[in-house]
Amino acid sequence: MNSASTQFVPSRRMGIHEPIHQMAMWGDFKGLDTSPPMILEVEAKLDNQSEDTSHGIDGPSNKYDQEASKPADKVLRRLAQNREAARKSRLRKKAYVQQLENSKVRLIQLEQELDRARRQGLHVGGALDNSQLGYSGTTNPGIATFEMEYGRWVEEQNRQISDLKNALHSDIGDVELRLFVESGMRHYFDLFTMKATAARSDVFYLMSGMWKTAAERFFFWIGGFRPSELLKVLLPHLEPLSEQQRLDLCNLGQSCQQAEDALSQGMEKLHQIIAETIAARLLGDENYYQQIGAAYEKLDALVRFVGQADHLRQETLQQISRILTTRQAARGLLALGMYFQRLRDLSSHWSSHPREST
Amino acid sequence: MEKIVKLASENGILIFSKSTCCLCYAVQILFQELRVHPRVHEIDHDPEGKEIEKALMRMGCSGPVPAVFIGGKLVGSTNEVMSLHLSGSLIPLLKPYQASLS
Repeated sequence: MNSASTQFVPSRRMGIHEPIHQMAMWGDFKGLDTSPPMILEVEAKLDNQSEDTSHGIDGPSNKYDQEASKPADKVLRRLAQNREAARKSRLRKKAYVQQLENSKVRLIQLEQELDRARRQGLHVGGALDNSQLGYSGTTNPGIATFEMEYGRWVEEQNRQISDLKNALHSDIGDVELRLFVESGMRHYFDLFTMKATAARSDVFYLMSGMWKTAAERFFFWIGGFRPSELLKVLLPHLEPLSEQQRLDLCNLGQSCQQAEDALSQGMEKLHQIIAETIAARLLGDENYYQQIGAAYEKLDALVRFVGQADHLRQETLQQISRILTTRQAARGLLALGMYFQRLRDLSSHWSSHPREST
Repeated sequence: MEKIVKLASENGILIFSKSTCCLCYAVQILFQELRVHPRVHEIDHDPEGKEIEKALMRMGCSGPVPAVFIGGKLVGSTNEVMSLHLSGSLIPLLKPYQASLS
């Protein structure tokens, strides 16, 4: 049996100072079924009794001898019951403390999971998109880094949008405005660099678009936005355009569409090849790891495709910037930024206001 | 490498490719769309494939495939082809080889 002293160490940590309260909880605790009030009584009396009985048992003086003989066995029986009850109480207390310790560990685990999920969910436009939390936490450090960096990228993006808005409404000159345009373009190119690194860590993750909001995912094409879509979004906001500009943008749109189509068809073929590689000789005696290895090699091609798609995005942005004047380019960048911001806001609003069936 | 130079000079538009390479396939699709029919040389079906691959990498093709030659000169890989196309400079290069409209 454990001594009382070891039991009281956890008590102190828990900060429970009321034995009565404690005993009530132990009583509630599933296990031994002696009811609390009786134990309390018994416990309270235990201390008293032990002192009295030690007198009584050790040295029966003549004074008590005759009176003690009849109640002696009752006393002995009572003592035994007390000891038993105390023992059970100590066992229950021990079990309760153990349960508390387990709960504490579980709580720490849950807090860590929540923190991880928050980082994944929150680092998309600063809003918690429920669909993000559905992604089971990744332990891939490359991806964890990417998510963190992407969160900061979005924050910086929002700042730049706001700065650009102010700049366009002020009367700053073209030279200064050009600086805003260039830093805006560089910010997008930074994202493509981040994505290239992340693709080497986990290309499936990048292609899934889980790092973006749901509405952005809806428009997803090979790991990001569609370049041809970009032009369509921007065009109305760039007016007035010169005839040459209009022609150049039209040609750019067509080239972009053709390049996109070619990459899309290439992707379809890759899709097919990977599927065939995985599905080949399922029931054969071939080495399982050889089959997996063959499919693994194909994934390198996927990384190249994502890189190619990002390259197309970058080129499209650069071409647009070359065709337009500084002021037009600034308006275009602002429109683009606000477009993506709207998609992110739409996602977070949608996920936090569930539709009710009417 | 001699073989590369020979093939490039014999064909207006030449693409070094691998039969399993899907980016090569994408470039071929793009050229088809632009109404040209490049000669496609699959280096994985060529006994000298390994040397061709090394030579292409020495010439600066990071893929190393697809490697696109137009008019005997190396244009580059997918990146270069895409950049040229978006800047409007690819079609002028292909014009001499484009199938005429009937």
